[in-house]
Amino acid sequence: MKFIIFILLWIASGLANAQELAPSRISDTLEQRVKPCTICHGDEDRAGRDAYYPRIAGKPAGYLFNQLRNFRDGRRYYQAMAILLENLSDEYLLEIAHYFSSLKYPYPEPAAIALSPEETQAVETLIHSGDPDRDIPACSACHGQALTGTKPFIPSLLGLPHAYLAAQFGGWRNGGVMRGQTPDCMSEIAKKMTQEEVNALAMWLPTQPVTGEPAEAEKLAPELAQRCHTILSGEGFTQ
Amino acid sequence: MKSSNKFKFVGKRQIAVFAASALLPLSSIAASQPPADPDTEQAQRGAYLARAGNCMGCHTTRGGKPYAGGRVLKTPFGEFVSPNITPDNETGIGRWGEEDFWQALHYGKGRDGSYLYPVFPYTEYTKVTRQDADAIFAYLRSLSPIAQSNPPHKISAPYDNQFLLFLWRTWYFKEGVYEPDGSQSDEWNRGNYLVQGLGHCNACHTPRNVWGASQDDKLAGGEIMGTYWYAPSLISPREAGMGEWSVDEIAKLLSTGVTDHAVTSGPMATIVRQSLQYLSKEDMRAMAVYLQSLGEKRGEEAPKKTSPMPERVSKYLALGKPVYEKHCQECHGKSGEGVPGIYPPLAGNRNVTMTSSHNTIRSVLYGGFPPVTAGNPRPYGMPPFQHIIRDNEIAWVVSYIRNTWGNLGSLVSPEEVDASRGNEF
Repeated sequence: MKFIIFILLWIASGLANAQELAPSRISDTLEQRVKPCTICHGDEDRAGRDAYYPRIAGKPAGYLFNQLRNFRDGRRYYQAMAILLENLSDEYLLEIAHYFSSLKYPYPEPAAIALSPEETQAVETLIHSGDPDRDIPACSACHGQALTGTKPFIPSLLGLPHAYLAAQFGGWRNGGVMRGQTPDCMSEIAKKMTQEEVNALAMWLPTQPVTGEPAEAEKLAPELAQRCHTILSGEGFTQ
Repeated sequence: MKSSNKFKFVGKRQIAVFAASALLPLSSIAASQPPADPDTEQAQRGAYLARAGNCMGCHTTRGGKPYAGGRVLKTPFGEFVSPNITPDNETGIGRWGEEDFWQALHYGKGRDGSYLYPVFPYTEYTKVTRQDADAIFAYLRSLSPIAQSNPPHKISAPYDNQFLLFLWRTWYFKEGVYEPDGSQSDEWNRGNYLVQGLGHCNACHTPRNVWGASQDDKLAGGEIMGTYWYAPSLISPREAGMGEWSVDEIAKLLSTGVTDHAVTSGPMATIVRQSLQYLSKEDMRAMAVYLQSLGEKRGEEAPKKTSPMPERVSKYLALGKPVYEKHCQECHGKSGEGVPGIYPPLAGNRNVTMTSSHNTIRSVLYGGFPPVTAGNPRPYGMPPFQHIIRDNEIAWVVSYIRNTWGNLGSLVSPEEVDASRGNEF
């Protein structure tokens, strides 16, 4: 008898618990909270396939944190982002930055864009050596040997669609990506390049396979660290 | 036409300089004032009151230095630029004294005696007590001076005329500190003072006439100038009147940005973030008590006439259903029931059904997060659909949610969706 009562009680308590823990349709996760981001920037199935919205999964957290604040505070101008982030705090944006940084979504297949051998040669020179005569540093000097970015503030150049890269270069050349940031090193560098070089770079980068993580933080050459110090500062950023 | 010509000779050149008269210090006698101590009780009270009045909301640009001004406010009368109100001698209020500040806040007059434009809500701030005004001034004086000169206003003719402004004031400005209503509780009076005075809720929640004047003290709702949002009535039970809410729920919405049934969005979310979340429990309760008293009760409504829906209408609504199921249902639920405290219900949601469909359209177009507050530090958000679905699909789905699950509202056209697009920034 005792046993039966015990069983009945056990079942009842189980039911009561089930009532309490009735799973909400909505999960208490950051993934659910940031649906407004992933509708454009993609989830696992779509990461990086949209022409206009850059992949954010796996980018260095400090870079994402700075961009989120730049959009919110009007330094980097894009209306949709400004409206979305208007009422979010630094603390929450930091958490969101770490979340997207930690995502390891597969990268899209490299794009098949044909470049002439001369174009390829010119691009590879810019990537690995830059052009000291024109004061253009090698892309890899900041963005890492594998161009997958450098933790925590410098983004990867790979896995991004051509349209996005072309638009960013256009913005830098016209001073339109960041407002009132001095020095604005990417803008200065992009202006020193020719339109042909910019076009070739924006076509070449999406053809490269992505080979891994952003590089671990290392000391940049002092000259570059000085030139790009606005990018490398992340007040309020914590790992 | 004739009348505007008549005014022109009075002083087209007397371009009013708003409170930014400090840009050109006119009275050279005035010495700079000594900086104030931020630790005095008065300055600290002033800091709290400046939050309650949300001075920063207008006197700071996006990402700019606090209180250094420069924010552009677009109105039908021109573009106004908020002045620097840090105590910088050349570009701010460094040379101002208590009396100058009182003149501005209470009488709407600049330091040089010019009339200020009512884009600065002195029409509400006039209700603020002298003691509170002095405290706010003590706080502003205690800030670090920031040298930032802001561009001048771009006021359209003929509004750049002090005589017209004089007439406007004669008609629409009633000067006077708030006088408590003896028949009401202290709490109610405190709430009234905060809502109608310092909080200047009227600035948005009141219809304005063609001269930009609020109609009266009634918070009957209105389009917000220079934005594409509608500030709902705080009286009508069909809009945001809170006559049937508990005081606790009103206080929760205004201090955390969300309740189980409601969420603040658009400009109101920003007000909660910048200002209301910092109010003391007592002040928030007082506001809630007053707001509750304003709200009309629904009472016995005549049963809705449910004439059969014309086929054309039901066909139009049917277009919205698949859009809802594809994009909205996951969060807002099969029956528009929402998720308490996370995603607002759409069934019975007054923001969805009220006459103006602006806010719903804007929420669909641009999405957004409720404000981060101590009570809701990690809000869930609504995705922007402006690049995901086309205007006609947005019109269908908004029409659908306005007319499903017992909701009843007018249909929305793609033209209305297009008219709700616009840049606030």
